[in-house]
Amino acid sequence: MFVRIGRKGISFVSELGELTIFGASSFGSLFRQRHTFEKLTRSIYEIGVRCIPITLIVGFFTGLVLGLQLYYVLTKFSSESLLGQAVALSIIMEIGPVFTAIMIVGQAGSALSAEIGIQRNAEQIDALQTMNINPLAFLVSPRLYAALICFPILTAFFDIVGIYGGHLTGVSMLGVDQGAYWSRIYEAVSVKNVMDGFYKAMTFGLLTTIICAFQGYYTHLKASIPGARGVSQTTTRAVVLSSIAILSSDYLLTSLLLEK
Amino acid sequence: MSGSFLQLRGLSKRFGPQVILDAIDLDIPLNSHTTVIGRSGIGKSVLLKCISGLLKPDSGTIRLSNSTESNPQFAYMFQQNALFDSLNVFENIALPLREKEKVSAQNLSERVNSLIEELDLQNAATKYPAEISGGMKKRAALARALITKPEIILFDEPTTGLDPERKFSVFEMIRNYRQQFGFTVMMVSHDVPEVFGITDQVAWLDEGKIRYWGSPKDLLESPPIKLAGFLNPKLSTDKPAA
Repeated sequence: MFVRIGRKGISFVSELGELTIFGASSFGSLFRQRHTFEKLTRSIYEIGVRCIPITLIVGFFTGLVLGLQLYYVLTKFSSESLLGQAVALSIIMEIGPVFTAIMIVGQAGSALSAEIGIQRNAEQIDALQTMNINPLAFLVSPRLYAALICFPILTAFFDIVGIYGGHLTGVSMLGVDQGAYWSRIYEAVSVKNVMDGFYKAMTFGLLTTIICAFQGYYTHLKASIPGARGVSQTTTRAVVLSSIAILSSDYLLTSLLLEK
Repeated sequence: MSGSFLQLRGLSKRFGPQVILDAIDLDIPLNSHTTVIGRSGIGKSVLLKCISGLLKPDSGTIRLSNSTESNPQFAYMFQQNALFDSLNVFENIALPLREKEKVSAQNLSERVNSLIEELDLQNAATKYPAEISGGMKKRAALARALITKPEIILFDEPTTGLDPERKFSVFEMIRNYRQQFGFTVMMVSHDVPEVFGITDQVAWLDEGKIRYWGSPKDLLESPPIKLAGFLNPKLSTDKPAA
């Protein structure tokens, strides 16, 4: 049993090392290629623009539910006037970055993993190598930088829509004073809170893009079955590992950022 | 063998305990067509991948005469063409130039269009790989391989999955374009003896070693005993190419 645990441990550390090298190589290779701006724009469209609808929908409903839940909790302490502050801080510091990242992973991360996995199976990555084109620079690096740009922007969209969702429930439906809702937000939310949320979003963007690209890139080595089922296996693993990475790094980041 | 263009010396590759290539020596003359034949899974594609740099050999050397670092001289044609689904035929052909060479948009367009015309792909230029026929895909992949003006093209089983008529067209295409563009061909093929009609040399790979190297004519006239066993099932039904 100890041998098995040891092997698993070594395999985990080894994979973590591979992932770090993969991420660092991709990160460092963006400007060592041609037509960088064009590739970056396309990646921003894929990760950013195409994820706007889902981010807005989820953000709005999260705000609605949060407004409802917090209203009933705050009523117990006769503190309904704090609803705006509670909704805004929860969304800006925690729920916004985490939910947005999970939504983007579900849409763009899984697509990235599957696309690269299919390209691996169709020998397109080998073709890039034979053409002397760095596959990491060509396929991964623009997406990594696009994620760094798009995750905070989409998080900001989520935050705004979520706060309006909370307003709709609290003010329009449950009768909380509109002035109190907005003034509490204005008093309680600082620039640091917003920036902390963005730092989290950037970290999640970096981690999830590397994980999804890594799983797709090495689908021929990571999947137990070759072909289409192998790609499906690595895509599922990419989404699961990304979600775990988001939640675990969120805990670490929250501990660090709240201590400051 | 003096005057060889591509020279392999002591090339070895193993996967775990399994020896795939065992100290292979091979000389490919300039502007020639060499076909590597052998049983499935014997390591023919591994040999091509070692030459192209996709796999790192465990030992041995691969020397290309007149090779310069700035001008990669190899091009590789994959079994499934490896065209990018999200790029149309024009963009696929232009890809190596766009990414690796500093060429103006006009020059790039001229070079790509000239190849498109020479390979009869005018109707497919704006189409995506999924929208064109198998033969067109092969020609598009060949155009992409030719765009950087390589001196040697490695073909990995270019006729896999094609019917006999299409196989013949692909072989004809390779022969014609080799004459037209003057590149050296190294090909891996299962299509024995059909491939003998277009190749100058045959290299028979068996148990990690090149067991035979010579002209297809000599091979058919007096095949080594073990190779005769490999050739016979085909020879009994097909008329050998001249």
